[in-house]
Amino acid sequence: MTAEVGARGRLRPLATGIANVPGWGVRTISLVALVLLWQIGADAAHSVFFPTPAAVAQAAWKLAWNDKHSVNEVVRAALGVQIDFATSRLGDLPFHIIVTFIRATIAFVIAMLAGSVLGVVLGRYPTVNRLLDSWVLLGLNMPALVIAILCYIYLGLNTWALIVAVAINKIPLVAVTMREGASAIEPDLMQVGRAFRLPRLVMLRRVFLPQLYPYLMASARTGLALVWKIVLVFELLGFSNGVGFVLQLNWQLGNVDRLLAYAIGFIIVIMAIEALITRPLERRATRWRL
Amino acid sequence: MNALEVEIQRKVFQSPAGDEFIAAENLRFSVPKGQFACIVGPSGSGKTTLLHIVSGLDTKFAGSVTVAGLPAAEAQIGYMFQSPRLMPWLNVIDNVRLVATDAAKAAGKPEQLLERMGLGAFLDSFPNRLSGGMQRRVALARAFVNDPPLLLLDEPFISLDEPVAQRLRSLLLDLWQQHGATIVFVTHDLREAVYLGDRILFMSPSPGRVVLDYPVGLGRPRTYDEASVEEVRHRLLREHPAILAGLEAQPSNDGSADPARAQLRSA
Repeated sequence: MTAEVGARGRLRPLATGIANVPGWGVRTISLVALVLLWQIGADAAHSVFFPTPAAVAQAAWKLAWNDKHSVNEVVRAALGVQIDFATSRLGDLPFHIIVTFIRATIAFVIAMLAGSVLGVVLGRYPTVNRLLDSWVLLGLNMPALVIAILCYIYLGLNTWALIVAVAINKIPLVAVTMREGASAIEPDLMQVGRAFRLPRLVMLRRVFLPQLYPYLMASARTGLALVWKIVLVFELLGFSNGVGFVLQLNWQLGNVDRLLAYAIGFIIVIMAIEALITRPLERRATRWRL
Repeated sequence: MNALEVEIQRKVFQSPAGDEFIAAENLRFSVPKGQFACIVGPSGSGKTTLLHIVSGLDTKFAGSVTVAGLPAAEAQIGYMFQSPRLMPWLNVIDNVRLVATDAAKAAGKPEQLLERMGLGAFLDSFPNRLSGGMQRRVALARAFVNDPPLLLLDEPFISLDEPVAQRLRSLLLDLWQQHGATIVFVTHDLREAVYLGDRILFMSPSPGRVVLDYPVGLGRPRTYDEASVEEVRHRLLREHPAILAGLEAQPSNDGSADPARAQLRSA
């Protein structure tokens, strides 16, 4: 009992000290601490398979500016379309990250659109739901790799097969969340709209869709996380570009510094999207709940 | 021309099992322009069904309903429901603007009405920040914003503390007189009906129809607990015991026993 009190007594100054630092300050300090730990670990290990932060930063810098690729190549790799008017050059790092980013974004948009429409239909029409419920269940439980392999067999080993595979993996998840949202639509509020003779478009935009926003945001959030991960996995399967491909390549070559450089570059892009797009949108959509 | 003509021959609800429930039969009445008509009836007498039909929310019935000469579903109306039914994601002013016509918005009606309701300082607040009484005031402003030829109110002050309900009733009367609106007000509280109405229509248990059309015949302004209101109420109970049986046994508006309502007091 006394020991516990004593321990708490010693911890409290530190705890209140942290509580007084602003959120970004704490985050910066904790990131710096992580890099320090990494440095210490790398020094202790002293191995090419455990590079120091500086070594990784150096690798990243070189990969960022080696100008090995052109913008034309980005378009061909990500969209399968041949263009030749762009002259800018790109390093390996931005090239592969941009290619993966474009694929993930397209797959994400397709999955959100198709999944939302499907989910809302399932939620609004019980008959359709009864008919298609088992399909959705099947889709949810189908291993992601099976879908990818089947898409590659049917559509060929190209960027669109990959995009379709990622989208198909994600659609059932979106649909299930949106189905829940659509069945939670308040008939009482819809009645208000009809009693006051709101035009259809106003009904949709100001009465119906706002009730779906929380569900839309939830599926977008989980969706983004999922899409990022499976895009990389699918790129491992026989692609010659994208972050998944370079991760595999550097694994085989034993270049852990490059591997980490790509991984960290990719993480930074994802975190920037979270901070600049997803979170502000979510905050706006749920403002009224505070 | 009457503000409202109701000629419902029959309104039937069908359960999924195929059972039929006759909610209303030979339900006929009309309300002249500018009148405050109260509709009183026991639970399940089809009062809400009647308002759904009059508002055009329910079009599956035999008969006809015209509002200011138009079929019910085409007429502009104001509606106040049993609960405020505000859009939780819209702030106070946007809730009223949502239903306001362009003309009403251009004339600044939403702001004026909310100001008049004492909500001027809460235009940017979201409904979940407001007390129950304040939410009803927003709903009241929303019902009046387009100056509709007909206003339907479905037990709008139920489950409020009596002082709050009373303040809202007098606010409603002020707005009614100022706007020259025609009102159909559903309640099962006889005293409320006598206090508010020019006339009271009593409905039978289902299938609902009008069994008594009673002119209140009191001058205005009235006060809620004045002797004459009480007198009319007693006379009605005395003269029509059969019609009013069951009404007075219903819970009235003073829900003071419910602790959840304590927070609404501040409205």
